[in-house]
Amino acid sequence: MRRYLPIVVIAILTAALAGPAVAQDKPRYGGELIFAVPSEPPSYDGHREETFGVIHPMAPHYNTLLRTDPNDKTGTKLVGDLAESWTMAKDGRTYTFKLRKGVKFHDGSEMTSADVKASYDKIIFPPQGVASDRQGQYVVVEAVQAPDPYTVVFRLKWPAASLLASIGSPWNWIYKADILAKDVRWYEKNVMGTGPFTFVEHVKGSHWVGKKNPNYWDKGKPYLDGYRAVFIRDSAAQVAAVRGERAHIQFRGFSPSERDSLVQALGPKITVQDSPWDCVLLVAMNHEKKPFDDKRVRRALSLALDRYQGSQALSKIAVVKEVAGVQVPGTPYATPPAELEKLAGYSRDIAKSRAEAKRLLKEAGVPDGFGFTFKNRGIPMPYEPVGVWLIDQWRQIGLNVRQEVVEAAQYYGQVLRPGNYEVAMDFQCGYIVEPDLDIYKFQSKEISPANYSRYTDKTLDELFLKQGRAGDAEERKKYIREFEKRLLDDEVHYFYTLQWHRIIPHSSKVKGWTITPSHYLNQQLDAVWLTE
Amino acid sequence: MAIRPTSVTEVSGIVSDRSWLTEVGDFCRERPLGAIGAAVVVVNILVSFAANLIAPYDPLATDYGAMLARPSGAHWLGTDAFGRDVLSRIIYGSRTAMLVGFACALIGATVGTVIGVTSAYFAGRVDLLIQRVMDIFLAFPLIILALAVVSILGTGIGNVIIAIAIPMIPRAALVARSSALAIREMPYVDAARAAGYRHQRIILRHMLPNVMAPYLIMLTAYLGQAILLEASLSFLGLGVSEPTAAWGLMLRGAAVQFAEAAPWMAIFPGLAISLAVFAFNLFGDSLRDALDPRLKTQ
Repeated sequence: MRRYLPIVVIAILTAALAGPAVAQDKPRYGGELIFAVPSEPPSYDGHREETFGVIHPMAPHYNTLLRTDPNDKTGTKLVGDLAESWTMAKDGRTYTFKLRKGVKFHDGSEMTSADVKASYDKIIFPPQGVASDRQGQYVVVEAVQAPDPYTVVFRLKWPAASLLASIGSPWNWIYKADILAKDVRWYEKNVMGTGPFTFVEHVKGSHWVGKKNPNYWDKGKPYLDGYRAVFIRDSAAQVAAVRGERAHIQFRGFSPSERDSLVQALGPKITVQDSPWDCVLLVAMNHEKKPFDDKRVRRALSLALDRYQGSQALSKIAVVKEVAGVQVPGTPYATPPAELEKLAGYSRDIAKSRAEAKRLLKEAGVPDGFGFTFKNRGIPMPYEPVGVWLIDQWRQIGLNVRQEVVEAAQYYGQVLRPGNYEVAMDFQCGYIVEPDLDIYKFQSKEISPANYSRYTDKTLDELFLKQGRAGDAEERKKYIREFEKRLLDDEVHYFYTLQWHRIIPHSSKVKGWTITPSHYLNQQLDAVWLTE
Repeated sequence: MAIRPTSVTEVSGIVSDRSWLTEVGDFCRERPLGAIGAAVVVVNILVSFAANLIAPYDPLATDYGAMLARPSGAHWLGTDAFGRDVLSRIIYGSRTAMLVGFACALIGATVGTVIGVTSAYFAGRVDLLIQRVMDIFLAFPLIILALAVVSILGTGIGNVIIAIAIPMIPRAALVARSSALAIREMPYVDAARAAGYRHQRIILRHMLPNVMAPYLIMLTAYLGQAILLEASLSFLGLGVSEPTAAWGLMLRGAAVQFAEAAPWMAIFPGLAISLAVFAFNLFGDSLRDALDPRLKTQ
């Protein structure tokens, strides 16, 4: 027995020390979460808007049919929100959702399948004159049906691997059918959902307040008494609010230097969460302008980039970090780093890549010192540092690039859409990591209006359809890899710079919130609590 | 032995050389601050011309191993967020400042003076019309008008020069007109008219040379203003674009972001702007005092 005594003592001590830690991790009720929001809601209707300025203050008032697991850092694991369970028919064209019973709207009425159907009809088949921002993502849906009060059925035109992710969209708030029937635009100016917090007030330019919903269907939640979203546009003022402990958190993200200043000022009072961000700056090359119609030239531009050194350097000064292909690193369909290195511009042997780039330029008849204008969007972070980095990288292969910065509001209308550029910065940002949403823009210009490189590639279009209709994950993965290789290596229609990196330094008092690769996800705040 | 008579040109050359040196000497003695300003201006101009000879590094060359390096023997004024040498960028930035400064001041003062003199010469309805148009432009502060122009034309050095020069034109026109109004009544202008000279000749050959003093003063005053405006526009992201070395551009982006951790990124370009503008203003003020006959008599 004596032999085991030290082990027993250690076990007892460990248990004693672990006790308080476990107690600390037990959610505490009460308190008001205060967070800064850098943007304001243009309207209150999540179905029509696309800014996080709507999601951050308003998502706590609503539920969606599915949601991403609030504890899943990849933001890809779907769990039921108002749906208790769901099944897919064998043909992959019918999805049946069973709803939770006893879910009440904030006005006391019960939520049923009629409300889900009415909400999705508004999203997928909006009446004339009613805007639905993501309507195009549901073209596969033939009909939404409500056979009984607690069952909703989605009938599809063809099998779609991305349907569940689309249903898990954080924008698809469930509205009350009766209200929509009377006035389909009522939700543009009013708030009334089934979420963990009820609406108190919105003072434009100042704040948004929500308070605990005592009748919330998820018993025991939420933990907070309420929350206050404070609208602060200036990033220095947001940092000052967190530093001065006037705000617990800002959910969109801070730059590395802002993180460092907060950590330096507050030490253990600050907890930093970071994650690859489902946003990326892309380089679009206008296929209708010479010499960028030549894939050797496009390939040379990508080969010139030392992405690994860029990642190391730029992550110190900008919100970019990961070297990535068409999917966020670490997510189910992302290409593993070793495989990624086989693509043009992803090799770790930069000298060899640049020699190849010079050879390709020479072969394509592009003289040394060839100059072109690179158009960039007039947004400082991270467009400016990434733009400077790109120009420097292209200098290394003998190109002389001039940068023209175009005012952000005019950029898409005057530069990208009309094709008024040679090489330009483009942007892609997803609200959930899902290949269909992340790569749809790269289809031929006749299909995708967001294809600013202005090419037609039927093979790429076919690969897009194949991955979207693939029966299982492995098959889908295979098509995504083929798509990625064709896009970034064989044809180099576009290329990726560096994946954005989301950094959230927040008050250590905030618990129960997990960062994800999207600043649109995980904003219901039902699981969030404050230590004091 | 034949004595070669000294030509008038030779004599006048000697006389004018001496008088020029004397003038400079008098200027330095009487207005030492102006002389210091002039010296800084000359140094600025020389640096901008010889940037490629004196800059220790290529201003565009990045060194990711030396990002945000503090001032040291290798980098006297430190490096920026991309590891670019701050001193080299300041030296090359003087090219941008001088180019924009001189171009804007020349265009603004010259076009404005021609308009002002023309307006004064014709008087009547022409004068009224020109002055009301100038009044419209004068109603806007310099920076607001420059911002409006650059937002229409877009960024880049060429557009920045136009954007800054345009608001200077009405200001120069106003000053030139007031001087030209007095000249217009001079007997030699009447004589030129009576002799049947064309308006163009009278304006260019008889009136414009007589508003040279205010023109020169405006030129020096506008130089400083133009440098400051260019820096302001670049700071706001509406001026020249990266990676061009420009003082105002050096003050934005990472310089703001790392103001606490790497203050040298903002301090030294800021000092360069202040010094250049201060020097041009000192020189301009002294030049005005020296050329103003009323101040001379005092």
